[in-house]
Amino acid sequence: MASASPHKAALARRRFLRSLFGGGALLAAASAGWLPVAQGGPVRLRPPGALEEADFLASCIKCGQCVQVCPVQALKLADLGDGFGVGAPLIDARAQACDFSCDAAQCILACPTGALTYTKPAHLAARPAMAMAAAPILLAKEKDPEPTLNLKERMGVARLARPELCLARQGKGWRGPARAPGYPGLLRFMDVDRWRPVPLNDHPFEVEVCDLCVRTCPIKGAISLEPMPDGRMAPVVHEACVGCGVCEMACPTEPAAIVIDPRRGWQEA
Amino acid sequence: MSVRESARLLLGGDTRKPAAADYSPGAVRVHELKRMDIEHQHQLKEHARLGHPHRNAWRNRRWAVLIAVNLLFVVSFWLDIQILEGALTASRFLGFHLIDLNSALQVILAHKHIPVNLVIGTATVFVLWVLLGGRAYCSWICPYHLLAEWAEKLHLWLVARNKVSDHAFHRGLRVVLWLLFALLALVTGYTVFETLSITGIISRALIYGPGLALLWALLWLLFEVFYSRRAWCRYFCPIGLTYGVVGLVTPVQVRYRLENCFHEGDCRKVCLVPHVLECVIKGRATHEKMDIGADCTRCGLCVDVCPSGALDFEIKGLSKLM
Repeated sequence: MASASPHKAALARRRFLRSLFGGGALLAAASAGWLPVAQGGPVRLRPPGALEEADFLASCIKCGQCVQVCPVQALKLADLGDGFGVGAPLIDARAQACDFSCDAAQCILACPTGALTYTKPAHLAARPAMAMAAAPILLAKEKDPEPTLNLKERMGVARLARPELCLARQGKGWRGPARAPGYPGLLRFMDVDRWRPVPLNDHPFEVEVCDLCVRTCPIKGAISLEPMPDGRMAPVVHEACVGCGVCEMACPTEPAAIVIDPRRGWQEA
Repeated sequence: MSVRESARLLLGGDTRKPAAADYSPGAVRVHELKRMDIEHQHQLKEHARLGHPHRNAWRNRRWAVLIAVNLLFVVSFWLDIQILEGALTASRFLGFHLIDLNSALQVILAHKHIPVNLVIGTATVFVLWVLLGGRAYCSWICPYHLLAEWAEKLHLWLVARNKVSDHAFHRGLRVVLWLLFALLALVTGYTVFETLSITGIISRALIYGPGLALLWALLWLLFEVFYSRRAWCRYFCPIGLTYGVVGLVTPVQVRYRLENCFHEGDCRKVCLVPHVLECVIKGRATHEKMDIGADCTRCGLCVDVCPSGALDFEIKGLSKLM
């Protein structure tokens, strides 16, 4: 700009520097989103059928269509603290687990980008430890011609994280609603209504030895109460566990004795 | 404006005076007439003004559409009225996949795998915005645009009282950022821009409930009120560029008629992207009728404000038929 006055040139120079700074600041803000991811946490429980975490975050378009179809609203969208995961769906199992009351993992059907998928493409295969040995049988559908959930990989695995709190380990029973008064979480009880999940607390229990995790588990053969060497009972998680989190939600102790390890494979460290 | 010139401006090129050879004989004649008979021009102007009182007709229609579309998303989640499900990044309209072009681009680059639903949704939205006018997405759909319009009013009010002044950025910044975000998605495997996308953040907040991420939108509104007029939409947001490229080939245009123009410049004052209205400056129009370039968001503010009816919406082909 040979004809420009010195004043105009100064303005242009300032505008250029401002643009450089502004663009740099935006990129810096973007890389701040990388920090929570780089630090490896928080480890989120993803909806059923999710790709491995890195692929999941790459492919999730953050539209929330999975959130819309969930009958128990187990899926929430992550906030700013999740960095690059902002807007991606997660399950806080203690607040509301995925109880498969939709019968078919509707969230997978809703996903437009394949971030949630029934069958993963070969180059996006999950870790071997995530694979289910057999298609999990949904107890609610056990008598149907097709009793299985179309799910090839687990979401995580349940673990008795606080055995000292476990009521069964202490030989204690449970009477009354599973959770504190006002707890809003929903669960499907087949003997109440197959198609409409009800508040967990509307369904009180009365058991001599607490086995709430076992009796609320929606998957066949995923968990059972077994005698320990000392004669006491304890929940034992089996390979059929898909990691849906219902046991963590139903556990009456505070905090929960049994929890889901999100995205952990079977017998993985 | 030629597609080439329109693309040049969209990509951040500076406005420039046309060369003598660019002018059509008709435009030369009109420019000459305007210079020769100033008194007559003045009379024409006064006459034209009577026929075109300032109304907010297009603005009101646009706001109604913007609010209605965003409300459709909201009621699908809250009231289970399943017409438009999802959020602005990806949705289903009566079951048909719709996927935002910029979000699709980010996902494709980061994920390097393109499922068929993504192709269907993206192609549908591409065709939709070719038909509806490219960056019209910005002003007719994007919820941040509406918030920014209100913030802009506040900014202009403060400017008029000498409390703040507007600081311009280089328009090429958006192109650089678009390329960098594309590169970042490709290299890191994360949809980096989606983390910062105000459109996505506000859309999700409206539908699924507010979160801390809204602070990011608020920060930009404050930045625009106190420092730089409409900065996000003008200089930063890569979504605007993506839809602007679609707008290069769209039949929906704001059309300028040199004959009706008295070069008062009201349109440029209200415009989000005044560089597309360079042709309204006295002596600059190269043709008697000109389409405003691809960077135009078809918001209609200039159509509303023009006191002499020199700017109007035009649908190429269709207007000729009617």
